[in-house]
Amino acid sequence: MSHVDAVLLPELDGPVPATLPSALGLLSLALGVGALVAPRPIARLTGVDDSPVARAVLPAIGLRELGSAAGLLSGRRPAGWAWSRVAGDAMDLTLLGRALADRGGERRHRVALTTLAIAGITAVDVLAAVRVGRARRARARVIRMQIAVTVNRSPAEAYRFWRDMENLPRFMAHLESVRADDLRRSHWIARGPAGHRVEWDAEIIDDQPNKSITWRSLPGTRVPNAGRVRFVPAPGDRGTEVRVELRYAPPAGALGRVVAKLFGEEPEQQVRDDLRRFKQVLETGEVVRSEGSPNGISVRQQAMQRPAQPLPASRR
Amino acid sequence: MKATAWMGADSVKVVDVPDPKIMNARDAIVRISTTAICGSDLHLYHGYIPAMRKGDILGHEFMGEVVEVGPQVRNLKPGDRVVVPFPIACGHCSSCQRGLYSVCENSNPNAGIAEKIMGHSPAGIFGYSHLLGGYAGGQAEYARVPFADIGPVKVPDEISDDQAVMLADVFPTGYMGAEMCDIKPGQVIAVWGAGPVGLLAAASARLLGAERVIVIDRFPYRLRLAEEHIDAETINYEEADVLDTLNEMTAGRGPDACIDAVGLEGHHGNAAMYAYDRAKQVARVETERPFALRQAILACRSGGVVSVVGAYGGFVDKFPMGAFMNRSLIMRTGQCHVQRYTRPLLERIQRGEIDPSFIVSHRMPLRDAPKGYKIFQKKQDDCTKVLLKV
Repeated sequence: MSHVDAVLLPELDGPVPATLPSALGLLSLALGVGALVAPRPIARLTGVDDSPVARAVLPAIGLRELGSAAGLLSGRRPAGWAWSRVAGDAMDLTLLGRALADRGGERRHRVALTTLAIAGITAVDVLAAVRVGRARRARARVIRMQIAVTVNRSPAEAYRFWRDMENLPRFMAHLESVRADDLRRSHWIARGPAGHRVEWDAEIIDDQPNKSITWRSLPGTRVPNAGRVRFVPAPGDRGTEVRVELRYAPPAGALGRVVAKLFGEEPEQQVRDDLRRFKQVLETGEVVRSEGSPNGISVRQQAMQRPAQPLPASRR
Repeated sequence: MKATAWMGADSVKVVDVPDPKIMNARDAIVRISTTAICGSDLHLYHGYIPAMRKGDILGHEFMGEVVEVGPQVRNLKPGDRVVVPFPIACGHCSSCQRGLYSVCENSNPNAGIAEKIMGHSPAGIFGYSHLLGGYAGGQAEYARVPFADIGPVKVPDEISDDQAVMLADVFPTGYMGAEMCDIKPGQVIAVWGAGPVGLLAAASARLLGAERVIVIDRFPYRLRLAEEHIDAETINYEEADVLDTLNEMTAGRGPDACIDAVGLEGHHGNAAMYAYDRAKQVARVETERPFALRQAILACRSGGVVSVVGAYGGFVDKFPMGAFMNRSLIMRTGQCHVQRYTRPLLERIQRGEIDPSFIVSHRMPLRDAPKGYKIFQKKQDDCTKVLLKV
């Protein structure tokens, strides 16, 4: 899985993008060092050099900033640290508000400017915290699966069937069609509930005849997804272990709900059923149907079986 | 067409349903001439098998005439007279190719549910719950037969319907029960249950060279069949202690192999023992009443074989694992791999080695199926096997 993770979906892999949190970390570092090393000039600059309390509080604020800097620059839990900066900002704004009330003239002017600057930084901090949190949740939504089935056919036969991407809808229940544009690229259309369709383009990025096929959606897809199937000879001359690794990242919101319905409440079960159908098609020639499950294997159908009696003419 | 439908516990009805049509390229449609009620249909009738739906067509023992074949069926043509094995098997998966047809890996479209209960899914079976595929059964005027290029066997004219329909289930099942005992000359085989499968297991044990065959049941008329047709010794467990009697008969050794042809709805001579498991079954903390299985394990000679062909569906309590382990017993079991046995057993019937239809007690028209279930359930009128004629 880790291999597929790293290769397939660059937009969803690796650490959460951390440019803004790092920049804020550097800002914290500068402020922290400044407050500790040169509290007097800082007090003068911000207009609070007349208060002994302010001179005592400034190094404490410096320490707090160094803490935030260490957290943000470490790259771990960036959302948490970004929010810690927002909390610090709120504290600073409170202190500045009180300082503003006590002062007049040039000092009042400087305190006001400082307040304005801190307010601006607060806005940037909130933006960073929200953005990092959202990115983290998007990664948390990524669904990863590893499912395998043993098929009583040679790796070459199993590979050949899968390599013709237009065969995929014959066993992948949620697909309406796959059109091969050329040897690498294909256009996929998935069936959703209530006539919703989700479409994307995909490309084969690694193709090892009779061994494995690796594909991923092209960048810009609303539902990034990727997969790899390996065809491993089953021990004891029992055909082929078809080992599938899949991942996709359902978006948030309405489209996300459509995608979630597409894969049902048990996405793993759906893929398992897809592989069962793949096995049926390869071993018996087609998907096996019964009167209770006239469309063959399907989680949804298993929950809502029709009686085991022939279908009325209207359903054929 | 008319078909026998499950309408809830203790209720079947003959109803009008659409005629079956080809759904897969390897299907055939069979116009049924004779079909039978199986003891395991009574488990459905009593509501012990989960995943039944009102309106499900019952029946997994049937034969008749092919009236239509799918484009991939080349071994059969309309007009052929065939008997159809009860497990639905594709013939091409690893299990089928090893002869394990009743655990075909492809024929259960509801394998996902079966896996949750059984770990892996067995094959689909005609008319035997949605857990085992949701296939319409054969107690009807017509049936769709999937994988018709693998299962159905042509029946020669000289074999009667009554004989041939035994090949759908009970004769192969009984035969496999005996075959799993790995019978050697001089061996004593005990069979629990003198229903159709038990009687045919006993008869098959004879065919396979058992020295003595002992049949255990509580219905004198059934035990009489065992004595008259199989030359078996019998024990009525309501009159004698089974373990003591078996020890006496075998001079303390115990039978070399024991066949459980009873399954999940056993009865016990001791009312308290029966009440114990019956109560747990009603409360759904146990799904089976495994009296025969427990007794077979205790009775069996050390190092012997316990062969289980009676049907089980779920979980048993008080399994005598200590006896089983400490006395080096072997258990062999399975739904019958009927496709493996149909032709050889048909040949045995043709050669006159056995006529399995000696178990048939009742023949009635399909429309009387509800009555057939009732008298079979109540063991009325010396009922052992009900055939429905279409």
